[in-house]
Amino acid sequence: MQKLDSRLTATVVAATIFGLLQILMTRGLINPYIQTILCYAGIMVISALGLNLIYGYTGQFSLGHAAFFGIGAYTSALVTRILPNNSSSWALFPALMVAGISAGSIALLIGLPILRLKSDYLGIATLGFGMIVNVLFKNSDKVIPAMGGAAGMRGITRLTTFAVVFIWVFLAVLILRNLVYSGIGRALLSIREDEIAAEAVGINTTKYKTIGFVIGCIFAGVAGGLYAHLYTYLNPDNFDFLKSIDVLLIVVIGGMGSISGTVLAAVTWVSLLEGLRIVLPSPVQEWRMVLYPLLLIIFMLVRPAGAMGGTEFGFLKTKDYRRR
Amino acid sequence: MINGLQLGFVYALIALGYTMVYGIVRLINFAHGDVFMIGTYLGFFALASWHLPLPAAIIIAMLGCAVLGITIEKLAYKPLRNAPRISALITAIGVSLFLEYFTSLKFVFGPYFRAYPRPFAVKAYCVGDVTVSNIQLIVFAVATLLMVGLTLFVNKTKTGLAMRAVSYDHSTARLMGINVDSIISITFGIGAALAGAGGVLYGIAYPQIHPFMGIMPGLKAFVAAVLGGIGIIPGAMLGAVIMGVVEKLTEVYISSTLRDAAAFGILIIVLLARPSGILGRKEREKV
Repeated sequence: MQKLDSRLTATVVAATIFGLLQILMTRGLINPYIQTILCYAGIMVISALGLNLIYGYTGQFSLGHAAFFGIGAYTSALVTRILPNNSSSWALFPALMVAGISAGSIALLIGLPILRLKSDYLGIATLGFGMIVNVLFKNSDKVIPAMGGAAGMRGITRLTTFAVVFIWVFLAVLILRNLVYSGIGRALLSIREDEIAAEAVGINTTKYKTIGFVIGCIFAGVAGGLYAHLYTYLNPDNFDFLKSIDVLLIVVIGGMGSISGTVLAAVTWVSLLEGLRIVLPSPVQEWRMVLYPLLLIIFMLVRPAGAMGGTEFGFLKTKDYRRR
Repeated sequence: MINGLQLGFVYALIALGYTMVYGIVRLINFAHGDVFMIGTYLGFFALASWHLPLPAAIIIAMLGCAVLGITIEKLAYKPLRNAPRISALITAIGVSLFLEYFTSLKFVFGPYFRAYPRPFAVKAYCVGDVTVSNIQLIVFAVATLLMVGLTLFVNKTKTGLAMRAVSYDHSTARLMGINVDSIISITFGIGAALAGAGGVLYGIAYPQIHPFMGIMPGLKAFVAAVLGGIGIIPGAMLGAVIMGVVEKLTEVYISSTLRDAAAFGILIIVLLARPSGILGRKEREKV
C-alpha cells in the first residue's frame, strides 16, 4: 500500500469495482431491478458526500439537504424537457450542469444570510427552508404547469444508466478528496474544530462556510438531476424533511468527515432497506420499517462515532496526510 | 384567531417538552412528536374502549407518556450522554421511526385513520363577535392549568430548582449534591406527560388520528420552541401561540396550502433578526 501512488490505487479500485459490476450485468446476474437500486445507491452517495462536506467537514448543521436535491431534480427535468434532442444520453450532461448551478446559486442566496446562525439554530433555519421549498414544489403547477405541483412531475426521459452514475460518483469522490486536502479543506476543518480560533488566525469564516455549503449543495443538485432521470417521476413528497434526515443518517453512520465512510454507509443503507424487502417473508414485511430503526439505534449505541469514525481507506488519503 | 389560539395552546404543550429537554441535555428530541402521538392513542383507548371521562383519559395519557419518555431516555439516550451530540440526535430519529412504524403494525394501533371520540357534543358560545366552542374552552383551560402548574413546579419546588441548576451546568450541579441522572429522567417524564395531555386535547379538537400524525405537530412545536428561544419555558409558550395563530390566519386569509410555508418563513425571519429566539438571552462569545 505504502509504495503505490494513492491516486493510482484509487483509480484501480474504482475500475475494478466498475468492471466487476459491468460483467455481472452483461451476464444477467444483476437484474434491472437491482441495477436501479445500485443507481439509487450511487445517487445517495453523491448527495451524502455533499452533506458530509457541509456537516462532516465544516460542521454546519443542515437539515434541508433534500430541498437542494429536489431543486436539482426539478430543474434538470425541465432542461431535458426543453432540449430538442432529449432522448440521447448526452442531454443528461447539460441538464446536470444546470441542476448543479441552480442548486448552488440558491444555496448561495440562502446561505449568505443563514450561515451566520450557530449549530442547532442553523439546523432549524435549514429545516424551515426545506419545508418552504417543499410547499413551493407542491404549488409549482400554478406557475409552471409542467412541474405538476402536488400530483408530481411525469414524463421525464430515462437517461440515467449505471455507467453514468458510476462516473459521477467517481468524480464526486475525487473532487471532494482533493478539496478536503487543499487549503480550502483545511480552512473548513478549522471552522468545524473551533470557529472563533479559525477566525483568530485570519480565516474568513463566512467565506469558507459559504463555499463549503454551496459546493455541498451543488453535489445534492447533481444527485437530484440523476435521480429525476432514473425514476422519471418526481413527487414533492420525495424531497421532504424525512429525506433530508435520510442523508444525515448516512453521513453520521458512515462517520463524519470520512469519504469512505459515507460511500460505505450510503451503499449499505440503500441495500439494507431494499435487501430486507427481499429477505423477509411477506407476512412480516411490515416489520421491515420496525427493524430498520432498531438496527439504527443499536448501531449508534455501539459505535457513536460512526463506522469509519473520521478515518479513510488508505487509497483515499494523500501522501503527506499518511506520513504524519 | 380563536382557532389559532387553540392550535397554539396544543403546540405549546408539545413545545414545552422540547424546550425542557433541550435546555437540560442539549438534545433535539425528535421522538417527542411520536410520544405525543402515543398520548393521543392512549386517550383514544381510554375514551373509546374503556369509556372513561375526559379528565381520567388525560391523566392516563400523561402517566403513560411519562413512563414511555423515561424509558426512552434510559434505554436510548443515557448511554450516549458523553458521546458526540449528533449520535444522540440520530438515536432520537431512530426512536421516532421505531415508534411510528411499530405502532402502525396491525396488532398495535394499526396503519389506518381512526375517528376520535368526543365525550360530549360540541356547543358554541357567542361572546360579542367572538364564537368559542366548549372544546376550545377545555383546551384553553387544561393547557393553562398545566402551564401554570409547570411554571410553579420549576420555580418554586426543590426539584424545579435542581432542574434549573442542571440546565446551567451538569458538573457543577453534581458537585452541589444533585442527582443529575434522576433530574434528567424527571425532565423527560414531565415533558412527555405534557405531550400526552397535548395529544388528548389535539384528539378532541381535530378528531382524526393515525400513527404518523405526530411528525408535523412535533416539528412545528419544535420550531415554536426555537422561535421563543429554546430552553426558555415562557418562550416556548409564546412561540407556540404565534405559530398557531399565524398558521390559522394564513389558512383563512391566503391559502391553506401555503400554511406551512408561512409558519417556517416567520421562523427564518425571526432567527435572522434575533438568532437566539424572541425571549432568548444573547450569549456572549467565549474564547
